[in-house]
Amino acid sequence: MFKLSDLSYKNQRKIIIFTFSLLPVVLLFTFAYLPVFNMFHYSFTDWNGFSKEKEWVGLENYKSIFTNPEYFVVFKVSVYYFFATFVQMGLALYFATILSFNVKFKNLFKGILFFPYLLNGVAIGFMFMIFFRPEGTFDTILGMLGLGSLVQHWLGNPDIINISLAGTSVWRYMGFNFIIFLGAISSIPNEIYEAAEMDGANRWHQFRYIILPSISRMVQLNIILAISGTISAFEIPFIMTGGANGSKTFVIQTVDLAFKYGKVGLASAMAVVLLFIVIVVTVVQRLAFKEER
Amino acid sequence: MKKKRWAAFLAAGLFLTVGLSGCGVAKEKLSEGGSKENGGISGDITVITQRTDIVDTVFQDYAKQFQEKYPDVNVSFEALADYGGQITPRMNTKDYGDVLLIPTQIPIADIPDFFEPLGDLEEMKEKYMGVEERAVNGKVYGIPIAVTYTGIVYNKKVFAQSGIKEVPKTFDEFKTALKSVKDKTDAIPLYSNYASGWPLTQWEGAITTVAGNPDYYNIKMPNEDNPFAKGKPHYEMYELMYDTAKEGLIEEDPLTTDWESSKAMMGRGEIATMVLGSWAIDQIKSVADNPDDIGYMPFPTNAEKVIFPLGADFQIAINKNSKNKEAAQAWVDWFIHESNYSVEQAGGISAAKDEPLPEELKQYEEQGVEFTLLTPAKKGQEGLVDKIDKEAEIGFWLEDNKKVIMEAGIGNRDESYEDLAERFNKAWNEASKKVMNE
Repeated sequence: MFKLSDLSYKNQRKIIIFTFSLLPVVLLFTFAYLPVFNMFHYSFTDWNGFSKEKEWVGLENYKSIFTNPEYFVVFKVSVYYFFATFVQMGLALYFATILSFNVKFKNLFKGILFFPYLLNGVAIGFMFMIFFRPEGTFDTILGMLGLGSLVQHWLGNPDIINISLAGTSVWRYMGFNFIIFLGAISSIPNEIYEAAEMDGANRWHQFRYIILPSISRMVQLNIILAISGTISAFEIPFIMTGGANGSKTFVIQTVDLAFKYGKVGLASAMAVVLLFIVIVVTVVQRLAFKEER
Repeated sequence: MKKKRWAAFLAAGLFLTVGLSGCGVAKEKLSEGGSKENGGISGDITVITQRTDIVDTVFQDYAKQFQEKYPDVNVSFEALADYGGQITPRMNTKDYGDVLLIPTQIPIADIPDFFEPLGDLEEMKEKYMGVEERAVNGKVYGIPIAVTYTGIVYNKKVFAQSGIKEVPKTFDEFKTALKSVKDKTDAIPLYSNYASGWPLTQWEGAITTVAGNPDYYNIKMPNEDNPFAKGKPHYEMYELMYDTAKEGLIEEDPLTTDWESSKAMMGRGEIATMVLGSWAIDQIKSVADNPDDIGYMPFPTNAEKVIFPLGADFQIAINKNSKNKEAAQAWVDWFIHESNYSVEQAGGISAAKDEPLPEELKQYEEQGVEFTLLTPAKKGQEGLVDKIDKEAEIGFWLEDNKKVIMEAGIGNRDESYEDLAERFNKAWNEASKKVMNE
């Protein structure tokens, strides 16, 4: 009978590595790479999403994207989410640092901060719809604090809508950044803090000279994730406003084109463009961080 | 120890493969069938519906009644909340139920790739209303599950309180009525349901009322430029939408409205009017304090003749890949002729021409209101309006640009109504040229 132990150690290793990675690779290929290949293909056709045949149109779709400024105007909305990202990082880092020290009810606070990330995006969308309604939760809170004069149409005012939505997004995703930071911070050995305390370092010094350098990789990772998330912001504005009143993002526009106007070819081309933008941004970031070192 | 784990892993792997292929086989067997014993119809069919609200109640009764007639057919249901969005990706496979509705997203020319022909158009159109709309090459692929009409639902009590004695007919009369509602009551004159989006698409159903001519939409419009030019039906209709938004005749913050509660608000007399299809009348009556307060009237128009345009609801059709086409056909026939779905559940009338008109509709006929189906497009121009519309990204039946019009009305955009109309005209003209040259 065939026994694995009959093989040399090297071959055993090869077989095990191969068989173990087979399943994830197959899954990855079918659900990630195959659709992407297809998307590249569709982007050169005029497919409407249903027809059995699709006509090859070459670079026509790309041409219409780059010659129609209206397709790019929506990136203006991303700027709001971009700034929100830094608020989100700052808050996450702040809470992670505080909760890594000895604080009362530490675990309770951790739970509260991480909880929004576990909530379903649709539920969050509906919650904040009610929250931002005229005479809704937010207006009531402001009224109670005596800030009634600040009451606005939080979603009705086109100058504010994106700030409201980006704020919702911060509330939702902050917990994720927070938990990553917290994990990184808790891997710093206690002795270092003790030594620092003996040398007379206060909390700020500890943060600046111990915590921040130790988790710089995590900060980097979070920023990359957050910025590619910024460019492809979708869920919250889609559920809450469907892209109305000037809150349309690039991805909402892509989805609309594909599924409402039956322009799957054009939408695929836009998705390809988005993919390249994300790749470029990520590479630029990596280069920037490398120089620092 | 190590060896054992290895064996267990292999075994698990084997199990998984066997299990999976087992499933495939089992499914294959289940879906076979067709007509066999006693010449009766048998088999299992899956019916896909958009009515998530009544799939577990009314549809279960339908299944029971259906089985009394066809005891060997098992019917199961699947309800999709976002029907069009969820069924279309599935239609790239073969597995999309046996009986389903033709999604409006699918271009009319592609319908024969997915659905079984139900009969010849010449013959079918004698028997059913609205089958022309999605017929391809003289074959009919779907029958409307109901025929509805579009107008305005209003609260009679609110109208009476505002001193409106007669139902407004023209745009001016209607606007005056809305203004007096605003001045004399606390009710919202016209609730737009902007946030839900789809209620805005209901307006388009009234375009024939505004045009006063059943030929307009399919025959005249595709052959002319500038459908949004001043004085044309689309311009007039959406100008009302713009003006009501501009003059504060709609809800205070349209971004946070909610469809379900709007029905109850209308029932309580907090809303005076909403533009909706006739299907909505019963839904609103069912939550009203006094169902008799809820009335229905045609959309305002400056045309001489007042037309209630009849529009087909979704069309019921049979999957081309179905293994039980006879059973599926039996369900389609039963559903159209015997379920009474069109009147009781869809608030319209049956597509079958031999079914009598419901009582309620007779009162409109007395008022001189005419019920007419849209004239189908000329030969060779089937689906043309739809094609130009998609190419131009105007979306007559989509909410996006209606939201834009309202945003402009509220003052959230720099564009005026004239700017928008010009933009739509330009998009239409370019798209029309492109589509015609193909």
